[in-house]
Amino acid sequence: MRRIISVLLENEPGALSRVVGLFSQRNYNIETLTVAPTEDETLSRLTVTTTGSDRVIEQITKQLNKLIEVVKLVDLTEGSHIERELMLIKLKASGSQRAEIKRTVDIFRGQIVDVTSTVYTVQLAGDSDKLDAFIQAVGETGVLEVVRSGVSGIARGEKVLSI
Amino acid sequence: MELLSGADMLIRSLQDEGIEYIYGYPGGAALHIYDALFRQDKVKHILVRHEQAAVHMADGYARASGKPGTVLVTSGPGATNTITGIATAFMDSIPMVVLCGQVASTLIGEDAFQETDMIGVSRPVVKHNMSVRHPSEIPEVIRKAYYIAATGRPGPVVVDIPKDMTTPNERYEYSFPKKVKLRSYNPAVRGHSGQIRKAAEMMLAAKRPIIYAGGGVVLGKASDQLTELAHLLGHPVTTTLMGIGCFPASDKQSLGWLGMHGSYESNMAMHHSDLILAVGARFDDRVTNATEKFCPGARIIHIDIDPASISKTVEADVPIVGPVDTVLKEMVSLVKETKEKPDKDALKAWWKQIDEWRAFHGMRYEKSDEYIKPQEVVEALCRITDGKAFVTTDVGQHQMFTAQYYKFDKPNRWINSGGLGTMGFGLPAAMGVKLSYPDDDVICVTGEGSIQMNIQELSTCNQYNLPVKVVNLNNQALGMVKQWQDMNYESRHSQSYMESLPDFIKLAEAYGHVGIRIDRKEDLEPKLREAFAMKDKLVFLDIYVDPHEHVYPMQVARGSMKDMWLSKTERV
Repeated sequence: MRRIISVLLENEPGALSRVVGLFSQRNYNIETLTVAPTEDETLSRLTVTTTGSDRVIEQITKQLNKLIEVVKLVDLTEGSHIERELMLIKLKASGSQRAEIKRTVDIFRGQIVDVTSTVYTVQLAGDSDKLDAFIQAVGETGVLEVVRSGVSGIARGEKVLSI
Repeated sequence: MELLSGADMLIRSLQDEGIEYIYGYPGGAALHIYDALFRQDKVKHILVRHEQAAVHMADGYARASGKPGTVLVTSGPGATNTITGIATAFMDSIPMVVLCGQVASTLIGEDAFQETDMIGVSRPVVKHNMSVRHPSEIPEVIRKAYYIAATGRPGPVVVDIPKDMTTPNERYEYSFPKKVKLRSYNPAVRGHSGQIRKAAEMMLAAKRPIIYAGGGVVLGKASDQLTELAHLLGHPVTTTLMGIGCFPASDKQSLGWLGMHGSYESNMAMHHSDLILAVGARFDDRVTNATEKFCPGARIIHIDIDPASISKTVEADVPIVGPVDTVLKEMVSLVKETKEKPDKDALKAWWKQIDEWRAFHGMRYEKSDEYIKPQEVVEALCRITDGKAFVTTDVGQHQMFTAQYYKFDKPNRWINSGGLGTMGFGLPAAMGVKLSYPDDDVICVTGEGSIQMNIQELSTCNQYNLPVKVVNLNNQALGMVKQWQDMNYESRHSQSYMESLPDFIKLAEAYGHVGIRIDRKEDLEPKLREAFAMKDKLVFLDIYVDPHEHVYPMQVARGSMKDMWLSKTERV
C-alpha cells in the first residue's frame, strides 16, 4: 500500500542523509521525497511516499523515530489528508497539436508557462494520479521532458503536525 | 570563567563526564588532543596497536563495568579502522563514545591527506554521530554524546573533530553543561501501566509459561528484578546468548540459553509454551529459527526499551516499551499484591515435562581417550575459577562451547560479540575488562583463527601489565566454518584450515608473556591450575583439542525451535 509519511526534522546538516540512508540500509523504497524548512527555521518538514505492508510501514515509522534528529512524524495516509505534487512538462506543440494541448491543459487546470513555436511548457499541480492522467491524456509521444517535485502532504482540518 | 583551547576543553569535558580511561592511537589530526592529554593525569590513555582493538577494549570495559567506553583516534585510516568495533558495539547496544580527529574544516571535501567522511562512513553502524563545528561547542557536544550513548537503548556515538577545532592558540570560555535536553530524543522512562497489569494477569494464568531474557536485562541492570519475578511466579527462565548470566545458571528454574546452539530443554520449552515473557530480547534469527514456525501456541509479552524491536520479526500480543528494570519492578509488586496465584497444578505438570526434556538431553558430549575435548577445557576453567571469572570469547565453536559449559551466575561476566559475530573481539575486550576489574580472573577463550585477528594486542598487555589468561582452543581449523562445511558441503573444507600456524608459545614469549602448550589430556587440569596461579602474568595457553568436534545441539536450518541435531547422527 502507498503511504505518505510526514516528518519534522531538525534542520541540521546530515539529518536528511540519515533519513535517506535509513531507507536504503533497511531495504525500504522511497518513491518520492520532498523537504524544506518550515515556518520555524530550526525545523525541516519532510514528506516521503513509500509502499509496504502495515508491518513494513510500522517498522519504517519506528526506525525513523529512533533517529535522534527526527522530532515528530505522522503517517498522513492514516487520516484524511491533502496531497499535491508539482509537475513541469515540456510538450511537442506544433500545428494542430497546439489547440488540442491547450484544451487538455485547461481541462486539467494547468497553465502553459513557456511557449516557443514548437514547444509548450506546462505547469500542473495535483495529486500524483492527476499528473499521471495528464501525461496519459497528452500521449507519451508528445512528451519531451517531465520534472516532478514529489508529493507534499498535509492533514485535513484542524490536525497539525508541530512540536 | 576559564579560557581553554578546544583540545583542553575536550579533555576537561571528559574529566567532568567522569571518564577514567581512553583507548586510542594518535595521529596528525588528533595531535592537539594528545598534547592536551599529556598535560593532565586524570584521564588515563591506553595505547593499543590497532584502532579496532581500541574499540573492542572500550566495549569490553563498558560491558563489564556498565559505564560507557571511550575511544580516541586520528582521521582517515585511524577512524575507518574503528568501524568493525563500532558495528560490534552497535549490534549489541553497548554505550560508547568514539572521538575521531578530522582534517581541518578548511580542508574538508578536498580529499586532503588522511581525510575520510567519517560521519558518512559510520552512519549505518552508530546510534548517532556528530561533527564539531566550533571549538566553543565542544563541552556541549561531549555531554550530548555520552547522554545519547548511555540512555534509552544504548549504543555507540561518533564525534568527528576537525583539527582546527582544537588548535592551542584559540581559547574560549569553558563551562560544562549540567543537563542535556534534546527535543527530538526522549527515551521511555517507564512502561505503560495498563499493559503491565495485563501482562501480569496473563503470566499468573499461564499453564506453560516461559521467561525469555536477553542482553537488555544485563544492560538495563535488571537481573535482580528478573530473578525475583521468576521466583515469585515459579516460571522457567531461558536466556539468549547475550542474556547469559542475567539469571543464575545454577538456579533450578534456569534452562540455560536457547536458539541455534542452545539447550534442548530451552528450545523445547519455548516451542511448546503458551506464554512467552520476552524481556530485553529481540527475537534474533539465531534464536527463533524460521519465524513462521515459531512457537505456534504461544502468546507473547514483549518488554523492550526500543519500540522498533517489538514486533519486528515476531508479532507481540502485549508490547511494553520501557526500561526493563522499572517495568519488572512494577510487575513484581503487582504479582505480590494480587490475590491471584499461579496455577500450581498446571505449572507442576509443565515442570514435569521440562524435567523429562532435561533428562533426555542435558548439555553433553562424548569424552575421548585420545583427544582433549574443547568442552572439557571449558568445564575445567569453570571449576578452577569457581564460575566467577570474567570470560570473553572470540567467535566460533569455542564461543559456543564456552557459553554452553561455563556456568555464569552473575550478569556482565560473559562478554562476547553476539550480534555482529566479530572475530578478534576477545583479547582486546578482555583487556578492557581487566582494567575495570584488576583483581578478578579475566579469561579470553579463543581459537587459533580468531586470536590472530588482533594478536598484536599482546604487546599492549605487556605495556600496561594486563595479566589476562588467553585460552586458545587450537583445533587447527576454522572450526565453525568447517562444521558447516561438514554438514552442508559434504566436508569440502574450502579455506577453513589454518595452515602454517605460528608457534603461539614463542609468540607469547616474544611479547614478554608466559606460554604453555597443553596437548595431553592428563596435563589439562594441572597446567590450567599452574597458569591461574600466576596472578600477575599473562599466560597464553595453547591447547590442542579434538579437531573433529562439532557444536551440538544445533537447530536444523529453516526449522522450528524444536528441530535440532543433538549429535552428528541424532536428529529430533
